[in-house]
Amino acid sequence: MSVLRPLDKQPGLNTATILLVGTEDALLQQLADAMLKEDCASELKIHLARSLPLPSDVNRPRIDLIMFVVNLHSKYSLQNVEESLRHVDATFFLGKVGFLAMGAGQESHCSIHRNTVTKLANTYRSPLFFCDLEREGFRATVAQRLVRMLQICAGHVPGVSALNLLSLLRSSENPAPEDL
Amino acid sequence: MDSYESTHQHIASSRLKDYFIGATPLQKRLESVRKQTSFVPTPPRRKIPQCSQLQEDNDPQKVAFLLHKQWTLYSLTPLYKFSYTNLKEYASLLSAFIAAEKQKGLAVEVGEDFNIKVTFSTLLGMKGTQRDPEAFLVQILSKSQLPSENREHKVLWTGWFCCIFGDSLLETVSEDFTCVPLFLANGAETNTAIVGTWFQKTFDCYFSPLAINAFNLSWMAAMWTACKMDQYMAATEFLWSVPCSPQSLDISYAIHPEDAKALWDSVHKTPGEVTQEEVDLFMDCLYSHFHRHFKIHLSATRLVRVSTSVASAHTDGKIKILCHKYLIGVLAYLTELAIFQID
Repeated sequence: MSVLRPLDKQPGLNTATILLVGTEDALLQQLADAMLKEDCASELKIHLARSLPLPSDVNRPRIDLIMFVVNLHSKYSLQNVEESLRHVDATFFLGKVGFLAMGAGQESHCSIHRNTVTKLANTYRSPLFFCDLEREGFRATVAQRLVRMLQICAGHVPGVSALNLLSLLRSSENPAPEDL
Repeated sequence: MDSYESTHQHIASSRLKDYFIGATPLQKRLESVRKQTSFVPTPPRRKIPQCSQLQEDNDPQKVAFLLHKQWTLYSLTPLYKFSYTNLKEYASLLSAFIAAEKQKGLAVEVGEDFNIKVTFSTLLGMKGTQRDPEAFLVQILSKSQLPSENREHKVLWTGWFCCIFGDSLLETVSEDFTCVPLFLANGAETNTAIVGTWFQKTFDCYFSPLAINAFNLSWMAAMWTACKMDQYMAATEFLWSVPCSPQSLDISYAIHPEDAKALWDSVHKTPGEVTQEEVDLFMDCLYSHFHRHFKIHLSATRLVRVSTSVASAHTDGKIKILCHKYLIGVLAYLTELAIFQID
């Protein structure tokens, strides 16, 4: 079983690669399209996967950022993400992993409590974004955020590293996440 | 410089912790609003509905009309200057209002005779603790045209307001307000709207429909399966809605109630309480059993209806209570949901 490691391959020249993991295929595709529309100096490569581990026989570039997408309307997507997290090396969680929770707006359709994903993100010390991927405006906003984050994680922004960004994002959070 | 900063942070964070521990619910709520976190994290455990002390005083005959009826749920903000001594006055005012609505444009006097009669009455014993306000009932009855007194009035519409274990809300409102956050209505939708409008105008409150999401429905399924029953009147049934085009598909899953109870007993650990893990495990067992037979992941669909011998609930906010013994327990959970929606 192949485990994803952050630094096991050489980086491509001016290339930044993101891996989106989630069960909502259509919405991930739309998010990928929105990200590609963004104005970006680096060349973006977006990989979509339903779950990890990825097939090991394919030659793929080094992955700079992994986003796990959870649909709050579907417990299955959460179980899928939890299973996939096992196939990611611990060093990835130093700023190169994020969680995206969708569907929080429609409270009446939610099968998962928001705090469950918040706890998950806190356990893995990674940032959590809430987004409604079905609406184009919100999707464009989160695509923008992801592109900026990806550029930092790929090292294309001078002076800021993935770990810097992680500590910046975490200092604005609840000071005692263990209480949740 | 570094040591000063770190001790300052330590003092600030420990003060924050103490503040959190000793804070009243109002302070906690203000704190969480400031930090933009959600106030009520899912409670890790809840009590299994038991026969409460106050319920013993309940006359089963008096509340029998509440059972076996489908109620539509609403959450209600606290009523301003509502008084239990003025119920007769409210009844006549509401009656006039309904008459006016039904005959728009004509002048109406309070006390005039029309085809309908409104009654307000208190429901004794429908509370969780002594602090809870009394539950009260509003009924719209059709008055018989004949002068004979013996004719029973036909009930056209029933609505009742209650508050069961509403401490978290009661602590935060002032004396002028009466908190009855849960409103249940049975009857024509137009009547519900008219009564709602009158209450909103008279007591400056706000009704909103209470939807029950899949998360809470699975909690209800677990809690009601956990209730001890002498005999089971109905099978335990679940209904899921699968979003797919062109029309959505519904999956219904019925289990013998004793099998459901046996499954629950094998999952259940702490006596008297239900935890989140137990609920998840109970539902996961059902999902994996279904997957083994039909290769469908029910966890990717939306739970829409839960039906047990204790009660049945639909995600649109409809409930039917079947068992008198656990009436208060069911209402307590619904009150919690209503209070959460008001916040």
